[in-house]
Amino acid sequence: MIQFSDLHKAYQGDTVLGPVTGAIEKGGITSIVGPNGAGKSTLLTMMGRLLDPTGGRVTIEGRDVFTTKSREMAQQLSILRQENQFTARLRVRELVAFGRFPHSQGRLTEDDHRHVAEALEFLSLTQLADRYLDQLSGGQRQRAYVAMVLAQDTDYVLLDEPLNNLDMKHSVLMMRQLRRAADELGRTIVLIIHDINFAAAHSDRIMALRDGEIVTTGTIPEIMRPEVLTDVFDTPVSVLEVDGRPVAVYYS
Amino acid sequence: MKTARPVLLRTGIVGVLLALLAASLMTGGYDITLSRLLEDPDAREMFLISRVPRTLALVLAGIAMSVSGLIMQMVTQNRFVEPTTTGTAQWAGLGILVTLIVTPGATPLTRMIVASFFAMIGSLVFLAVLRRVALRSSLIVPLIGIMLGAVVSAVTVYLAATFNLLQSMSAWRSGGFSGIVRGHYEPLWVVGIITVVVFLLADRLTVAGLGADVARNIGVNYERVVLLATVLVAVATGVTSVVVGFLPFLGLIVPNIVSMLRGDNVRGNLPWVAALGAALILACDLVGRTVVAPMEIPVSVVLGAIGAAIFIALVLRQRRHARV
Repeated sequence: MIQFSDLHKAYQGDTVLGPVTGAIEKGGITSIVGPNGAGKSTLLTMMGRLLDPTGGRVTIEGRDVFTTKSREMAQQLSILRQENQFTARLRVRELVAFGRFPHSQGRLTEDDHRHVAEALEFLSLTQLADRYLDQLSGGQRQRAYVAMVLAQDTDYVLLDEPLNNLDMKHSVLMMRQLRRAADELGRTIVLIIHDINFAAAHSDRIMALRDGEIVTTGTIPEIMRPEVLTDVFDTPVSVLEVDGRPVAVYYS
Repeated sequence: MKTARPVLLRTGIVGVLLALLAASLMTGGYDITLSRLLEDPDAREMFLISRVPRTLALVLAGIAMSVSGLIMQMVTQNRFVEPTTTGTAQWAGLGILVTLIVTPGATPLTRMIVASFFAMIGSLVFLAVLRRVALRSSLIVPLIGIMLGAVVSAVTVYLAATFNLLQSMSAWRSGGFSGIVRGHYEPLWVVGIITVVVFLLADRLTVAGLGADVARNIGVNYERVVLLATVLVAVATGVTSVVVGFLPFLGLIVPNIVSMLRGDNVRGNLPWVAALGAALILACDLVGRTVVAPMEIPVSVVLGAIGAAIFIALVLRQRRHARV
């Protein structure tokens, strides 16, 4: 379980998040949703120890993410940020292999190679494994980064808008692959999703943020209600049932 | 084809490097041939005092500057930085001038330590300015470095003029190998140590090339890698500056060519960067020694001419890539 208490981030006195207290249960997929500027990325990157909080703490299975040795933390928690515009020319296989760094420190063992091969296979990248990153489409590159954090073989995987750059088909494929990672590999996955309907269709729980506060956390039926969504997104939302699933409609 | 090409390339570069080494050893005013080397002790002595040191110095300085460029490009995630486009080498020059002013009789070791220290400051200033610049586009970054370098050069020239040391500084500025003899180049062997350290750090440098967030995610201390890299580059630049002088563009073009051929995995690239850096500087030195023989054009001038052309080609190539 990821727990955070009194977590707070401010820039020059302007609070962008919190103080918030809450938890992400172990197992399954939790989606963080909310309007722009709600503090979703701030919360996720602090949980993933990439951003230092102004106050408060985050623990994973009781261990403080900021004070635990970085290498140990990297074997338990992985995080992928939204903007990965680095220019390094690596082959897909090399990038994914760096996901094994916390385990092998660069000296890949049989076991590491197996994890890399599995991650590539899992994201249907085996055919592209020897291509350079700059020879891939945005969506393929996105999958390569996700393969890297999956190869890291951590119990917790945090992803900031993994559907960015992906078209409809690849968004669905990505969510199915993440679903499998949660169900078959037992990973706990936390992601930020822009599209509430994608979140509802593929996750187990939703955490909703607005104005730097957590409005509510709950299961899909608890969150996918017109009054809850209208409140979170500050715009009229109705919820219809399509093929037995709740679908939010907010276009009018 | 997939396996044949790297083998061919590898054999090619090793062959070219050996040929250049032989040519460098055999070229010069004093006529030295293989048979005379075996028979004539004077020729042998001459060979060991002047030719061998010069060639070794070229190889070591070539490796120092290209590996420095490789390191800096990884930690700044920018293809266009190297010691002379970040101000680092200009700071080393300022350091040399300061020792000339303060302690004219300083030993080479003292000058190297001061030059390395100044180079370190130069790199840190560059990184600090970089951190404050929001627009970190690939061409803005070296522009900032070149401007910083120009400011430091201006200060250096002013100080040199004030203290009547312009001539020593212009000798430094036109880094050349004509004065290299036995007993003078040996500090360059520190480059060997630096290269070994870089090899040990290789994976961490590649990770740093992926950015601070990716590095932290996989448990690598990004700040520590950047600091270590800065020290390594400062020492390499400081020592090279004192022994040889200012060597532009080498650190820029060599890692870029290797990156085009083989990607950015530092561990695998390091021998290539070293070999290509040595080969390029040997070739430029040979050009400088032969076109106006018996006079010499300093290698930095030849490097500047060839390097600038390749630099422009790289920028244009990058622009084309960016548009796709």
